[in-house]
Amino acid sequence: MLLELEGIGKSYPGVRALDDVSLHLAAGEVLGLVGENGAGKSTLMKVLGGVVRPDAGRIRLHGRDFPQLSVAEAGAQGIAFVHQELSVFDNLDVAANVLMGREPVWGGPLRLVDRRAARAAVAPLLARLGADFGPEAPVATLSIAQRQMVEIARALSMQARIIILDEPTSSLTLSETDRLLATIAALREAGTGIIYISHRLGEITTCADRVTCLRDGRVVGHLARGEINHATMTRLMIGRDLKSLYTPPAAVPREGGGLRIEGLVTEAFPDRSIDLALRPGEILGLAGLVGAGRTSLARALFGVEPALAGRISLGGEELRIGSPREAIAQGIYLVPEDRKRSGLVLDMSIAENVSLPDLDGHARAGLVSGGSEARAAEAQRQSLRIRAPGVAVRAGTLSGGNQQKVVLGKWLAMRPRALIFDEPTRGVDVGAKGEIYALMRGLADRGVAVLMISSDMEEVIGVSDRVAVMHEGRIAGTLARHEVNEPNILRLATGQRPEQHMATVEAV
Amino acid sequence: MGRKELGLAVLIVAIAAITATLNPQFLSTVNLMNMANLIGLFGIFSIGQGLIVITGGIDLSVGSMFALLGVVFLDLTANMGVAWPIAVLVVLALGLLMGLVHGLLVTRLGLQPFVVTLCGLLIYRGAARYYTGDSTISLGYAEGLDGLAWLAAGRSYGVPHSFFALVIVAVIVGVVLHRSVFGRYLFAVGRNEEAARYSGIRTGAVVTGAYVLGGLLAGISALLLVFYTSSVSPSSFGNFYELYAIAAAVLGGCSLRGGEGSVLGIVLGTVLLQVLQNLVNILGIPSSLNFAVMGGVILIGALADRQLARRRSAPARVAAKGAVAAAE
Repeated sequence: MLLELEGIGKSYPGVRALDDVSLHLAAGEVLGLVGENGAGKSTLMKVLGGVVRPDAGRIRLHGRDFPQLSVAEAGAQGIAFVHQELSVFDNLDVAANVLMGREPVWGGPLRLVDRRAARAAVAPLLARLGADFGPEAPVATLSIAQRQMVEIARALSMQARIIILDEPTSSLTLSETDRLLATIAALREAGTGIIYISHRLGEITTCADRVTCLRDGRVVGHLARGEINHATMTRLMIGRDLKSLYTPPAAVPREGGGLRIEGLVTEAFPDRSIDLALRPGEILGLAGLVGAGRTSLARALFGVEPALAGRISLGGEELRIGSPREAIAQGIYLVPEDRKRSGLVLDMSIAENVSLPDLDGHARAGLVSGGSEARAAEAQRQSLRIRAPGVAVRAGTLSGGNQQKVVLGKWLAMRPRALIFDEPTRGVDVGAKGEIYALMRGLADRGVAVLMISSDMEEVIGVSDRVAVMHEGRIAGTLARHEVNEPNILRLATGQRPEQHMATVEAV
Repeated sequence: MGRKELGLAVLIVAIAAITATLNPQFLSTVNLMNMANLIGLFGIFSIGQGLIVITGGIDLSVGSMFALLGVVFLDLTANMGVAWPIAVLVVLALGLLMGLVHGLLVTRLGLQPFVVTLCGLLIYRGAARYYTGDSTISLGYAEGLDGLAWLAAGRSYGVPHSFFALVIVAVIVGVVLHRSVFGRYLFAVGRNEEAARYSGIRTGAVVTGAYVLGGLLAGISALLLVFYTSSVSPSSFGNFYELYAIAAAVLGGCSLRGGEGSVLGIVLGTVLLQVLQNLVNILGIPSSLNFAVMGGVILIGALADRQLARRRSAPARVAAKGAVAAAE
């Protein structure tokens, strides 16, 4: 057995983060680790990485017992992490990243880096992973999937026998995900033990040999290969059955009005144009591969990168959107992909974040009324069920789902007419996901046109009334509700036509 | 009053008490009013510096601005006989304009504040020296300036007017920074420019506004300083004053990363610097050690602040971790 954890416990004041957690991992095995955010996965991984010292329990690595690990011991015992938020140096090349801290040197006391030896050492690792880039490639030019490959190569170069992948596919395209899963299969063949943490149960079903499920710091189930499926895992994770995601609109979306996009040209694809109509009261899913131009479309609609050409109209009125300020003035709001960078000022309170886009509305003679903004924020906290002791709490201390609700609260405190969600539930746990979907549906039912960009297939299929699929900068097709299924979306996303109902695919 | 301001106030009182014990002259009215005058003079432009630091920028050019604005003012009044209200307006407008140019270079052309204002430091100093042929201009020849001289360098109830000026500026900027929409935007932009932009804030205008305000406050300071020294020698007037301002802002709790700071803190930072200067004089420490004492105290202050912050956050961090783990 590569790794055995026995009765690991860890308490923080007032919180039992881990309680009697035991699991094991054999060589050549992929262990799926699932659980909602806050179930204890991260703390458990920090115990393995030597960052957090457990209060109780035993860690046994290769038959040797450790009451606790230090970071150095974890590394020496062959435990390597591929993190959710990548930790590569994008100002250096691939070889430098892979061998960081262990560079081959020459020149005696001068300790000059031996670039040739470094590249020679890294090239075979990349070849083994099937990478399509060389050791001399600057990391700045690589995609997120390729950067992840760099991290895995780094783990291999350290002779890692246990590789822990934490949400590795949250930023990957479908084909990149497939390639990663193939890489994992190859590593398993070579005898590496892998712990695979993901919210995407489909991937776990594909690649895991066994699954351990955590809830509230406890192991609530071990599943063998034959027992791994969505329903079982979901039930274990949340302790109940998840009801169907899709909620039909309360009223049929109105024709006419809404957000109309004609001949829109974005900076990312200057030779392609986009036509799209979004009805008030519907949720239009926008699917496609990463890099298909979906985020560029959102940025153009919100005025972050104004469109090069084309017309945008809302409720029949043509708009000129040159900045987020102008978009906001028209009631077009964006819930951005990277909420920590673009959605929130993490060091400010919930109240200050909620009032930020409409501060003039909370001010008299240029002076902010703290009472007014606190009331508005408190109203949002209650209606969105933001889990925080109060609105004076710093936004940065909240969990992902609650941060996303604060971003939503900014816009719901105003008058949305069209709301664009870019990856609305990335890094959000299952329970909060359901709440966010319900909020989106509530908005649509109030007559708001909702555009939801998502790379999560379950989400696209489960939430959208219609799905538009982008391929290389243009809308490849739009699917009505009854045509929305995974094969159809995939075909359009990869530039093919959907198999059936060819005639019913709306030509847009 | 925040924790930082309180700590600073305690430090000031402690240093003052020690100094007063060693030399009771420290608490004499003459000495206190002399200090108040200097605190007023340095506090005003330190507040301007603080505003810029809160946006995540820095202004290295203020010392040179004083030299250039000072010689312009004296040339207008002493050599050309321009009426002082006009000369004052010209100086304030010039200060404002320099701030505007800095702001636009930073926001529109995307240059780094350090580079922009470093060039300002060099250009304005050079321009001031060229303007006068490197010779000192004195206030002595000017006529009809008595009214302004009283306003700028006079005293009421024994308290120097520069100190009153600082109080007024601090109150106004304090309200603007801590209560107004513009102030909130300054903090938001300093903390996370992108999120501010995504919230519909004209971030460029906000940052430029800070530089413009900084320029205006530098203009006011230039006038007060001219009447304090009653002459301007363009090669040395205002030398290193930008560093006093940065030191006061940093001592007062402004983070050079932006998004943090308070007017009260900056004023207290200025007070501490002036108390230190005064202490060097009054305790008979060789005045050549002046800068070394100041640097030493700032360093110790920064270290103590860091240690206190660590000790405070150590239990808090564990609790926060637990809370996050529980909330997720």
